[in-house]
Amino acid sequence: MVWFMFRLHPALLVVLVPLGIQAADEPLDFNRDIRPILSDKCFQCHGPDEETREAGLRLDHRESATEEGAVVPGHVDNSELVARILAEDPDDVMPPPRVKKPVTPGEAELLRRWIAEGAAYGEHWSFEPVAAIDPPAVKNADRVKNGIDRFVLASLEEDGIAPSPEADPHTLARRLSLDLVGLLPAPARATRFAEEFEEDPDAAVAALADELLASKHYGERWGRHWLDQARYADSNGYSIDGERTMWPFRDWVIRAINDDLPFDRFTIEQIAGDLLPEATRAQQVASGFNRNTLINQEGGTDDEQFRNEEVVDRVNTTGAVWLGLTLGCAQCHTHKFDPISQREYFELFAFFNQGEDVNNVGPTVEVSEGELFLADPDPEKQAALERAQAELAAVEKSKAKRQAAWERSLLSEAKDEGPGASWKRKKPATLKAEGGAPLEVLDDSSILAGQGAPNETYRVTLPPSKQPVAAIRLKLLPDESLPKNGPGRAGNGNIVLTRVEFFRGDSGDGEAILVSRAEHDHAQPGFSAAFTIDGDPDTGWAINVGKGTPAGTKMNAEHEARYVFAEPIAADGEPVEIVLRHEKNANYNIGRFALETSETAPPSVTEEQLLAKLRIPAKERDAEDKKFLAAEFAKVDVEKRAAEAKVAAARRALGIGDSARTMVMRDRDDPRETFVHLRGDFLNHDTETGPLRPGVPAVLPELPESAQKKERPDRLDLARWLVRPDHPLTPRVTVNRVWMRYFENGIVATENDFGTQGAFPTHPALLDWLARDFVENGWSMKRLHRLIVTSATYRQASLARPDLDKTDPLNRRLARQSRIRVEAEIVRDAALSASGLLNPEIGGPGVMPPQPDGVYAFTQRKVNWVDAEGPDRYRRALYTKFFRSAPYPLLTTFDSPDFQSVCTVRVRSNTPLQSLILANDDAMFELAQGLGARLMRDVEGTDSAANRERIRRAFALCFSRPPTEEEVEAVAAFQERRAAGFRADSEGAGKVAPETWPEKTFDPATAASWTAVARALMNTDEFITRE
Amino acid sequence: MNIDPIHHRTRRHFFEKCGIGLGSIALSDLLARDGYAASADADRASDPLAPRRSHHGAKAKNVIFMFMAGGPSHLELFEDKPRLREFHKQPPPESLVEGKRFAFLGKDAKLLGSTRQFDTYGESRMQLSELFPHHRKIVDEVCWLRGMKTDVFNHGPAKLFMNTGFQVPGRPSLGSWVTYGIGSESRDLPGFVVLQSGPRGPRAGNALWSAGFLPSSYQGVPFRGSGDPILNLTSPEGIGRKGQRDFVDLVGTLNRERLGVTGDPEIATRINAYEMAYRMQSSAPELMDLGDESQATLDLYGATPGGSSYANNCLLARRLVERGVRFVQLYHTDWDHHGGPGQTLGKDLEKVCREVDQASAALVLDLKQRGLLEDTIVVWGGEFGRTPMGETRNEKVGGRDHHIDAFTMWAAGGGLKAGVTHGRTDDFGYEVVEGAVHVHDLHATILHQLGFDHEKLIFRFQGRDFRLTDVHGRVVSEVLA
Repeated sequence: MVWFMFRLHPALLVVLVPLGIQAADEPLDFNRDIRPILSDKCFQCHGPDEETREAGLRLDHRESATEEGAVVPGHVDNSELVARILAEDPDDVMPPPRVKKPVTPGEAELLRRWIAEGAAYGEHWSFEPVAAIDPPAVKNADRVKNGIDRFVLASLEEDGIAPSPEADPHTLARRLSLDLVGLLPAPARATRFAEEFEEDPDAAVAALADELLASKHYGERWGRHWLDQARYADSNGYSIDGERTMWPFRDWVIRAINDDLPFDRFTIEQIAGDLLPEATRAQQVASGFNRNTLINQEGGTDDEQFRNEEVVDRVNTTGAVWLGLTLGCAQCHTHKFDPISQREYFELFAFFNQGEDVNNVGPTVEVSEGELFLADPDPEKQAALERAQAELAAVEKSKAKRQAAWERSLLSEAKDEGPGASWKRKKPATLKAEGGAPLEVLDDSSILAGQGAPNETYRVTLPPSKQPVAAIRLKLLPDESLPKNGPGRAGNGNIVLTRVEFFRGDSGDGEAILVSRAEHDHAQPGFSAAFTIDGDPDTGWAINVGKGTPAGTKMNAEHEARYVFAEPIAADGEPVEIVLRHEKNANYNIGRFALETSETAPPSVTEEQLLAKLRIPAKERDAEDKKFLAAEFAKVDVEKRAAEAKVAAARRALGIGDSARTMVMRDRDDPRETFVHLRGDFLNHDTETGPLRPGVPAVLPELPESAQKKERPDRLDLARWLVRPDHPLTPRVTVNRVWMRYFENGIVATENDFGTQGAFPTHPALLDWLARDFVENGWSMKRLHRLIVTSATYRQASLARPDLDKTDPLNRRLARQSRIRVEAEIVRDAALSASGLLNPEIGGPGVMPPQPDGVYAFTQRKVNWVDAEGPDRYRRALYTKFFRSAPYPLLTTFDSPDFQSVCTVRVRSNTPLQSLILANDDAMFELAQGLGARLMRDVEGTDSAANRERIRRAFALCFSRPPTEEEVEAVAAFQERRAAGFRADSEGAGKVAPETWPEKTFDPATAASWTAVARALMNTDEFITRE
Repeated sequence: MNIDPIHHRTRRHFFEKCGIGLGSIALSDLLARDGYAASADADRASDPLAPRRSHHGAKAKNVIFMFMAGGPSHLELFEDKPRLREFHKQPPPESLVEGKRFAFLGKDAKLLGSTRQFDTYGESRMQLSELFPHHRKIVDEVCWLRGMKTDVFNHGPAKLFMNTGFQVPGRPSLGSWVTYGIGSESRDLPGFVVLQSGPRGPRAGNALWSAGFLPSSYQGVPFRGSGDPILNLTSPEGIGRKGQRDFVDLVGTLNRERLGVTGDPEIATRINAYEMAYRMQSSAPELMDLGDESQATLDLYGATPGGSSYANNCLLARRLVERGVRFVQLYHTDWDHHGGPGQTLGKDLEKVCREVDQASAALVLDLKQRGLLEDTIVVWGGEFGRTPMGETRNEKVGGRDHHIDAFTMWAAGGGLKAGVTHGRTDDFGYEVVEGAVHVHDLHATILHQLGFDHEKLIFRFQGRDFRLTDVHGRVVSEVLA
């Protein structure tokens, strides 16, 4: 029985038959044996496409083929088809020599047999309903864990092939972990699994599978597979490739998968979330699936052309992801092989042709960081946020009114008021630095601060004043004792002062004094003194010079910030306590300062200018005047700042961060007409056929009745149609893709072509059984995953089977598991988990881990890539910002697609450039250092036994298994050689050793040698392979 | 050569894994079907870049493509059009512009005569303007294609079209197809190398040298002019050459141990990859070091050791081809002369011409004197030409818009006719009247000279057979020697 070989590779068919390996008693199956030949060799001219049909003959329908005498069932010699393929005259032979697809002798023999047997046709298998099939009986029932195994085993038993034994528990723990969450298992968990496995393998596997499926990292792992299909990226593509905000869509996918959102709802929300009645924000974000298309921002482009490109992409993506069909073929002409006409293509196009976006950002919704992960937001906190947002909206609405009042008051004050401020320096009554910095009062009453905590808070009290105090001035003063003369204590003399607060009295808990405005003589761009009174510890006043700083301004000089009180403090009142906080940058504290008071409010720096503008009658102000006044008002708009602070506080209470606007789908109110584009040219409308009604291909089930009655069915109708429980394609295509991730190949090897040119399933009954189980159990992905990973088929060893090399080289029979090199993202994630540096945070805007210099040497656009410091440096690779024109090198080198269009399967290559990245990339090396340090922390001692123990620990971390003796010895010898090498090269040792390690135990050369060990292990094939 | 993509995805190479009996029969059948002879070195899996034979006898082995990004003006460089001067500042005839679309030109655009001096040179009587004095030396060595045509008028899509045959990103580039087809002779350098000069990278970036759906082994590898020529070429600081060798040896030892346990041939490929990476660490810097070139050679190109320029890149292209690299692509940007600041047909065009004229010609002369030209196809040109109508920017007419219906490219070596002018345009240089060569035809011809039938160099992806030339392309037999 060798027909499996045909499924394996059409080319094999070509050879097998003349060799007589084909079993003559095996009945032919049209779909399996004959359709591929007709499709490949004949349909191009004798298939569905009328335009290119020759001699009016089509061979894809039995009636047509027999009517014309091409095929005379039961009469091989009367069949013109046979005569023509065997003809020797180049004018007669079919296919004609120019198409360069001769029928091989083996194919000819099959066609003869088929006609002799009666030339039975069958509808293409994937368009037939999913069959209800019970798993077959098997001889070796002990091997069966669930239905999957029955199908696989029955087929193996038929040919007397033994399945492989179960993989050892170490391999299984690592396999399950990499497959389900994409991270390496913690050694302790792998060990526990091995122990439980000894007791009861099935229970151990089930428990680990459940644990991993419940992990929040499961959504990241499987979300990444989905994001490939959604062509998700963080930039617009083409040449300009500007950054875009689509991370909320990514977060939605992670959340939906973690929640096991049923695949039918998962589909509907992404295709048409925006069209659902009372669509939630999350559902709108989900519709961003189709906003991941490219936007061409190049000058001189025709937006309508690129809008059409986007619509084409949406149609083709839908076809590839849900239907597993190459719809794109029908864009320019009726499909040559599959029964999809060009008209039907544009009927699908009509669903997507209504978007408001036209090669631009288009409709968006506002989403906050973390919002999409909120489990059950506290309704009260949610209401508080909504109230705060409403208040802010109200404040914003009344802006014109309030600005007018402000303008009037300024004008009237200007009339009444005399001269500006007169500053008097005050000697502090009390002085304190919370972090312990020494504070010294100098002769001029200024204060000199010494080294204290990195983020100091100074508390200064001024004695009661005999005059009223309308304003306080903070002077920053240079001093020789400070770096670069100060006035700050930072290395360059800078400061970042994040908050300045004023309180009545000296008790430390007095009433806050409201500041109406804060102004500076000079501020670093983005670090205005106004930020010291906004209550936000993440913003502040700094004094470096930058873009826009007037010439001649210096950082290392006297500077000042003035704080004007809303109400002056009465004469002979209380003392005033001033609190200066430095909460942002470490060691950016003020070095020397003084405090001065004034009984009159100082004119603002821009006051003169302001008054001049104000005196221009409102009607005569030009755009620039208006902009200036609005900006000035914004500076003093305390009400708005307070409202914003409330919103921010409400956000924090809910556990969400900053918000951003992300692109979503929205349809136009006035629908566009859709026509067939002749030859696929968007300018060339087929007006003869006329405007098209949105519809689905006739070969597939119809739209739901409700949609048929509508004047114009929409995307929501299409989405519901895609997940009809009786859809022949969606469930098959979906389970096949999941299967493919676990076994390297799909049951249908051409996972993106379920059409007539695609491969026949290796296990057709299994495919249908899985598809049916999937739909009948509420489209639950987690159930499908659990079913697969607990099967004996999945749990087999992946070791080579030399006995099957000849008969099943591609492992299509599944008599073993496959060794699969992990995806690009998992290469980095595995290194992150082994190093112990992984930051497990989920979601949020993309991050920028270190990347080598020179990535942009070849791109038109240079991304401002600033290597992340702190926790963002160690996020999973899924969160690395992806610029389509210049992606992160590790990703593309390990075969990540560039997300220009849908990617349903990644290729896997094995190249020297991969070796260079793993071996030499700074980011990877840093993780090797992390693992080296971890090994030294985890295992004490430096004698030979300790070293060997450390090597065993390294193997547990990297491979979840104990090393062989040979491996231990090879690594130990390497470590000794490297340690000796580093002892002779202390400079090199300093660079290779981790940043920190237990220095009491290990000298730098030894520390460097453990980095070298870690680096070598992380470079093995096994490290980046799921076995 | 339609090899099922599953093989590439699984990396379990059909030929290798099928063993002798069945496998070798299948192999010979496949190869015979594709016009290949069975060859022992056809193993793509353990060594994806192993040299392989193409469909028929090849006239050329290598390609150097000098890509002039932005679209050089054929009307300032290669084609003297007296009629255009005669009708200077007059509207173009309605028949010419009817139904045409342009990137930037308005409806009121007027014809713009070139102010450049032209003369004819060599036996080919090829026209050249004063801007290209060095090209005079190669007029009889190259084949002039004056009837080039393309489909798209925006830079990004047009560059993609010239490189991949499609105007949307995601398809394999010419260099990828070639290395996929016949591998590379070099054992310690990538098979497809990209070099860049000019003020910025070419628009569309990586997509221009992408392997698309082909395995990434066939992707172009950018070599940078300064720093590490290849990303991550240098070992981490402090490791040292000896430490790196020791590292590669240990990784090899551990990999061999695992190969013994699992029997997965993929590990053998990984071992080879580490060895080649190690060799690249010394061969690439050696390649980039122009210190061993004679002064005469440096002067011929106008190259400076240690620098980074188009001239250096041309010299590097020769060094790469000498070392067996199959496909070298040079990009020089800044040819987009619309007339705005930095984009005038005056001093800005003169500047970019000075940057490329000498070295482009030198590369042809140098390859010839070293006997490399006959094996190497050298191609020069941009993604499109420029309009006979002038473009108004900043209220001055000093430039031209993108033009897709006629432009000039040249090619030399590799079995192409030398000293021939193929193709002719109308009096305004607007339309091709004779000898049109579409981008697909250029691709078909290059592939033909390398021994491929462009209709048979195919790859099945998402259920469809793809080729560089889509469903088009004609070998331009008129220019074959």
